[in-house]
Amino acid sequence: MGLEEKVAFIKGNEAVVEAALRAGVNGFFGYPITPASEISEGMAKAFWENLEAIKKGGKPRYPDYQIFLQMESEIASINAVFGGAATGKRVMTASSGPGMSLKQEAISFMAGAEVPAVIVNVMRGGPGLGNISGEQSDYFQTVKGGGHGDYKVLTLAPNSVQEMADLTSLLFNLTDKYRSPGILLADGYLGQMKEGIIFPETKTEFTDKSSWCLNGAKNREKHVVNSLFINQDELEAHKIRLKTKFDLMEKNEIRFEEYKTRNAEIIIASYGVVSRIAKDVVDTARKEGMKVGLIRPISLWPFPQEKIRKLAKKTKAFLTLELSFGQMVEDVKLAVNGQCPVHFYGRYGGNLPTEEEIIKQIKKIYKKK
Amino acid sequence: MSKVLYSPKVETYTAPTSYCPGCGHGQLHKIIGDAIDELKIREKIIFVDSVGCSVFAYKYFDCDHIQVPHGRAPAAATGIKRLMPENVVLTYQGDGDLAAIGTAEIIHAANRGENISVFFVNNAIYGMTGGQMAPTTLIGQKTTTSHTGRDEQVVGYPIKVCELLNTLEAPIYLERVAMFDALHIRQTKEAIKKSFRIQLKNKGFSLVEILSNCPTNWKMTPEQSMDYVKNEMTQEFKLGTIRDKEFCQK
Repeated sequence: MGLEEKVAFIKGNEAVVEAALRAGVNGFFGYPITPASEISEGMAKAFWENLEAIKKGGKPRYPDYQIFLQMESEIASINAVFGGAATGKRVMTASSGPGMSLKQEAISFMAGAEVPAVIVNVMRGGPGLGNISGEQSDYFQTVKGGGHGDYKVLTLAPNSVQEMADLTSLLFNLTDKYRSPGILLADGYLGQMKEGIIFPETKTEFTDKSSWCLNGAKNREKHVVNSLFINQDELEAHKIRLKTKFDLMEKNEIRFEEYKTRNAEIIIASYGVVSRIAKDVVDTARKEGMKVGLIRPISLWPFPQEKIRKLAKKTKAFLTLELSFGQMVEDVKLAVNGQCPVHFYGRYGGNLPTEEEIIKQIKKIYKKK
Repeated sequence: MSKVLYSPKVETYTAPTSYCPGCGHGQLHKIIGDAIDELKIREKIIFVDSVGCSVFAYKYFDCDHIQVPHGRAPAAATGIKRLMPENVVLTYQGDGDLAAIGTAEIIHAANRGENISVFFVNNAIYGMTGGQMAPTTLIGQKTTTSHTGRDEQVVGYPIKVCELLNTLEAPIYLERVAMFDALHIRQTKEAIKKSFRIQLKNKGFSLVEILSNCPTNWKMTPEQSMDYVKNEMTQEFKLGTIRDKEFCQK
């Protein structure tokens, strides 16, 4: 695919690759895992094509893109990302389920040492090896920490191939801006399905990293990228600084989509692939005279808590839909804070709820009222 | 009164350290610092600090540092060197870090022929956590988790890292040195400089294994611990060049 191309019909995983390359990614360190492998494969292909072009004396298509490496493990890949990103370059990786579990230690280090990087989780079924279909059961792992210690990870959840690309671009800018790792939380469905997309026009905003990045202490003080503060007061001061940054993200980086919530009696809360079904449900239900709306968090952390709190004042009930036992529903409940009932409906194992199933749930809620 | 005729300008190694009295880390820090100064590469260095007693290395060297998770220094160094090929990247790892939790990372970094310098400090014990058995603990050696002495029938034998890596094609230079007397200290410095020179020439992967001591956890005086390295450790871990694929001036 050439940079001149503006539209394409591609898989979600391929959209991530193209968006990352256009956002000026410098390095990718990966490890194969279904259903995320196309991201590694696409990054590899672009790397070898770049190298081929250079060998022939031509210009590489993506001049910023320096290295693709398939590492020996998920752990090695995220630590290569940690090292690589500490040099100030744009670095990323992609994984799923078991791979994401293995990466958590280094993500905690990166949050503590303030190193930005983009990590893509194409969620599969869990727990354990689960399966390779799409689920949403890594919500807790992603937005509640995942690794050890207090930290937050900027989490963006696309619901289309278009957004797989758009939010990848955005996440590079945001992680750089806040000097903190970010996760694109997709799922097997979004990774694997093909849709037409228009390539994002998100401007690549390069942040000045010269005050902290590792490039050799020439004519300046040494830089230390570090999450260790053995002195209690020093660690506390460092954590206060981190918290100030996380608070700022909570203030500035909340994103969501609202659909027909204005006079809604029941508001569906859902994200990712399920929110697309939910949107159709809103229209179908309204044709049947039921006033239903949709709130779709796009940033899962920071979570649109204030928005949901306000919606809860006017609506009669929430219905949270997820491909899990119910994880985001806890955040919805916290936001609603008892103002109205919060119902939940979930499917697992990689199964999606049908419109009919959801309508049935809505009718049940209407009967209860 | 004596008169100082010449004193080299020390740039990189900024003592004092907080290591135990007689510990080999302080000595090795000075050797590495001197090697960096003599090669005039301080401004290019990106030092990867691992987990263990040397976790505070970033305090003692005036160069760029990153402190990484336990065992992962070769993976982090890979990310750094591949994106910053003009910099000189080194990892400083202990035996628990490199030969236990980080075994996969060191083998694969060596196998890819990463153009980095690995300094592997083998003192046969987990020092930072209070003296537990390490993968390199000698048979019969007492530690807090092998209090009657390492029993190979239960926990296996000491791992010889240089010999293990010598089965791979890619590594350029593998050497085992020690620091128990002036001659060996000089050899250690030469090996470290050689490792840097290999990297500066873009030749590829090199590892220097430094047999060191841990008087505190071995429950010995510094002098006794030096004798232990000389008389016991070198029996198990033979000193010398294990691999030198590329002629490179020492």
